[in-house]
Amino acid sequence: MSEVSIVLCGEAGQGIQTVEKVFTNIAKKAGFFVFSTKEYMSRVRGGSNSTLIRISSEPVAAYIDRIDILIALSEYALEHLSHRISKKTLILGEKNHIKNNKKYKIIEISFSHIAKELGSKVFSNIIAVGLISALCRINRIITKDEIKSFFLKKKKIVVEKNINALDKGYDIGLDLIGNKNVRFEISSPHNHHDEIIINGTEAIALGALAGGCNFISSYPMSPSTGVLTFLSQHSPDFNCIVEQAEDEISAINMALGAWYAGARAMVTTSGGGYALMTEGISLAGMIESPIVIHLAQRPAPATGLPTRTEQADLEHALYSSHGEFPKIIFSPSTIVNGFYLTQKAFNLADKYQVPVYILTDQYFVDSFYNIPNLSLRNIRNKNYFVRTIKEYKRYKITKNGISPRGIPGYGNGIVCVDSDEHDELGHITESMDIRKEMVDKRLRKFKEIKKEIFPPIFFGKKDYNILIVGWGSTYNTLKEAISFLKNKDVSLLHFNQVYPLHPDTKKYLLKAKKTIIVENNSTSQFSKLIKLHTGYEVTNHVLQYTGLPFSVETIVDRINLILKGEKR
Amino acid sequence: MKNREDIAWCPGCGNFAILNALKQALSELKIPLNKLVLVSGIGQAAKIPQYFKTNYFNGLHGRALPPAVGIKSANPNLTVIAESGDGDMYGEGGNHFIHTIRRNPDITNIIHNNMVYGLTKGQASPTSEIGFKTPVQTNGVILEPFNPISVAIALDASFVARAFAGDIKETKEIIKTAIKHQGYSLVDIFQPCVTFNKINTYDWFKENTYYLDKSYDKNNRIEAFKKSIEHQKFPLGIFYVSKNKKTFEQNLLVYKLNKQPLYKKSIDIQKLSKLIYLKK
Repeated sequence: MSEVSIVLCGEAGQGIQTVEKVFTNIAKKAGFFVFSTKEYMSRVRGGSNSTLIRISSEPVAAYIDRIDILIALSEYALEHLSHRISKKTLILGEKNHIKNNKKYKIIEISFSHIAKELGSKVFSNIIAVGLISALCRINRIITKDEIKSFFLKKKKIVVEKNINALDKGYDIGLDLIGNKNVRFEISSPHNHHDEIIINGTEAIALGALAGGCNFISSYPMSPSTGVLTFLSQHSPDFNCIVEQAEDEISAINMALGAWYAGARAMVTTSGGGYALMTEGISLAGMIESPIVIHLAQRPAPATGLPTRTEQADLEHALYSSHGEFPKIIFSPSTIVNGFYLTQKAFNLADKYQVPVYILTDQYFVDSFYNIPNLSLRNIRNKNYFVRTIKEYKRYKITKNGISPRGIPGYGNGIVCVDSDEHDELGHITESMDIRKEMVDKRLRKFKEIKKEIFPPIFFGKKDYNILIVGWGSTYNTLKEAISFLKNKDVSLLHFNQVYPLHPDTKKYLLKAKKTIIVENNSTSQFSKLIKLHTGYEVTNHVLQYTGLPFSVETIVDRINLILKGEKR
Repeated sequence: MKNREDIAWCPGCGNFAILNALKQALSELKIPLNKLVLVSGIGQAAKIPQYFKTNYFNGLHGRALPPAVGIKSANPNLTVIAESGDGDMYGEGGNHFIHTIRRNPDITNIIHNNMVYGLTKGQASPTSEIGFKTPVQTNGVILEPFNPISVAIALDASFVARAFAGDIKETKEIIKTAIKHQGYSLVDIFQPCVTFNKINTYDWFKENTYYLDKSYDKNNRIEAFKKSIEHQKFPLGIFYVSKNKKTFEQNLLVYKLNKQPLYKKSIDIQKLSKLIYLKK
C-alpha cells in the first residue's frame, strides 16, 4: 500500500477540524503527500460531519470513497458512512459508538474516557491525532513539535495537557501495531520540505493579494466566507480594506465605487448572494468597471444545501445581469491554478474593464493538499488607470473598445460614469446613434478578450479515441480516475476558463470517437455551453447532484459502464 | 460649473433651488471640482450630477450610498456627496441608509424629499403623508411616513439636518456646514413637486415649517429626537451633531500609518512571500 485513507466522523463542535489541521501538517512534515477535505452539515453543534485525510508517498489530491481507518466519534458515524465502509476498513471508536457491529473490523478505543482521565473530554481529538500518527509510523517528535506550534498562543498548561493526550494516543497506536497486528505500511516518505499546504480558500485569497487586491466588501455566506475571513486577518499587512456589508447589494456597489476611485476590489459570495449582486454586475457592464467576483457554488435553488458542493451556477454567472456586455469566467482546476487565475483576474478585469469571475465550489474551497511553493517571481501587476487631462472623456470611442480609465483626483480631468446610456463624456443620452456606438464599443472589447483565453488542460495520449471533458474542481479526481480505467484509450480535456471558450475546443472534441462530460450538476450546463459555441454535442454525461463531490471510484465505475456500452 | 441647456426637470421644480444652493455652497467652500465626486442613484433628483462639471458616479436606483462609501474609503482625499430623492434613499436604498449612518463615512448625504415619486409619475414615496392619494394609492396612503430625521438620530448619526428648497440661502448654509462636518451628514431637503404633489406645495411648506432657534442645543440627542417627531409644524435647521465620532476612514487600519489613497499604494510582495512560506 502506498497510501492510507483516514476518515474522522463525529458531531459538529467535537474538534474534527482541529484534527484535520494538526494531522495534515504532521503528515506533511513527516514527508508524506497529504490531501484532506470535509463534508459537513449546516449546523453549529451535533449532526454528522466527516473529514477525509489521505496520506501517501505519491501526490494525492482527490476525494475517494475508500476508508482504511475510520475514527468514529459519535454513535451516528457508522450509519452516516455506511456506504463507504468495507470489510477492510479498520474502525476505531468508543463502545457505545460502534455497538459491537460484527460485520466490520472494529477495535474499541475509549477516547472520551481516556480524555477525561487527562482532565477533560476536549482532549479526545488530540488523542486521535496521536493514535493515527503512530499507525502511520510518523516520528513522535514531529507530532509533538506540531502540537507545540499549533497551541503556541495558549497557556503552558494547555500545551502540556495536549502533549499528554498526544502521547497517550500515540501509545495506544503502538499497542495496536504490537499486540493487535494492525498494519498500515506506507512506502518511505519523500522529502519535500519546500512544499506548502493550503486549501482552495487560501489559494483564492492569496491569489487576490498577489493580484493587488486592496478592497473586499462582502456579506458572509457559506462556502465563500473563508476568503473574506482570510483577507481580514491579513488586511493590515497588505493595505487591504475589508468591509462586511449590510447585504450583497451593498457589497457589489461598494466594490464598484472602490474601483472607480482607484482600488482593486473584489467580492466573495455564493449563489444566493450573487443573485442579489446581479444588478450591480450589470452596472459594471454599463459603466465599464472592473470587478472580480469569487462565486463559491453550493447546491441550490434558494438556500439549497448550504454546506455542500455543486457546479450548477455556471449558467447563473454567465447569463445573470440584464443587457449585453462581455465577461470572463474562470473556474480553477487545482489549488495552484486557483492562485494564479485569481491573480490574473485582477489584471484582466482592469485591462478590459469587465467583470471577471472565479467560479469555485465547496469541495474546492474546503480541500487541502500540498503543492510546490507558490513562486511570485513572475507575478506582474499592472494598473491600467491613466492620469486624466482637462478634455478627458471616460468613454472615448476607440478601435478596440477600451477607453482609457481615469480615476477622480488623478489628473486635471473629471471622470463621469453613468448607469444610463451615456456619451463619450459619460453624460446621459437618449441618442439612438450614440446608443449603438456605445453597445458596439463595449462588445468590441470581447474580441480583445478572446485573444487571451486560457487553453484547456489536456492530459493523456495525444491520439485518443475517448475524451473525458470536465471543468473546475473535478480535475484531480478525473485525472486519478483515468489511471484506474480498464480502457487505456482515454484522455482528459479540462477547462479552467469556461467563458469565453478557447477556440481549440472543437478541434479536441472532433478528434474523439466518444466524448464523456463529467459535471457536478443535473443538467450538464457546460455541455450546453459547448454546444452553443461549437455546435458539438457531447452525448455521454456523468452527472452528480447529491451535494457531495465526485469520488474517484464513482467516476471510474460510471465511465467504465459507459465504455462497456451499458446505459445507466 | 456649467448649466447644460437641456434640463429634465419641470419648470418651478424644487430641484432647481437645491441645484443653486449646492452650486453656491461648493463655490463658497472652494472645493476643487476634480477632487469632488457626486454620487447619485436613479430618479429626477438623482440627475443633479449631470448639471455639474465635476466627477460623478450615477449608479443604480437606491444604491448611491454603497459606492459613495467605496469611493471615500478608497481615496479619503476626495469630497464625496451622495445625493438622490426620498424614494431612492429611503425606499429602495433604505437598508444602505441605516447602515451607512452606522458606518459613519465622511460623506454628505443630500436627499431631495418631495414626498412623491416624480420619474415614475406620481406614486407614493416613503415620506408621503397618510391619506395622500395617487394613481396607485387610490384611497390614500395608509403606511406611516418614514421619518429620516428620527431614524438618523436613533442611530446616533454624526450630523442631522433638514432644509427647505424654498429658502436657498439657508439651504446653502446648511449644506456648507454639512460638507465641512467630519463624518456622515444627513441633509433632508423639503422639495415641492409642482407636477405630482399638489398638497405639499411651496406655500404648504412655508406654513408648516419653522427654523430651530439659536438657543437650540444641537448636541442634545434626546431634545433632537423630540424635535424630530414634531409634525404639527416641521422644524428646519441642524437637529443634531454627535460629538467626537471617528469616521469610517479614520477607523480603517489601512490609513493608520500611511494616509495615501489606495491607488498610490502597492502590494508588498516580500510580505506575501513570507505569508505563503508560513504555510509550509
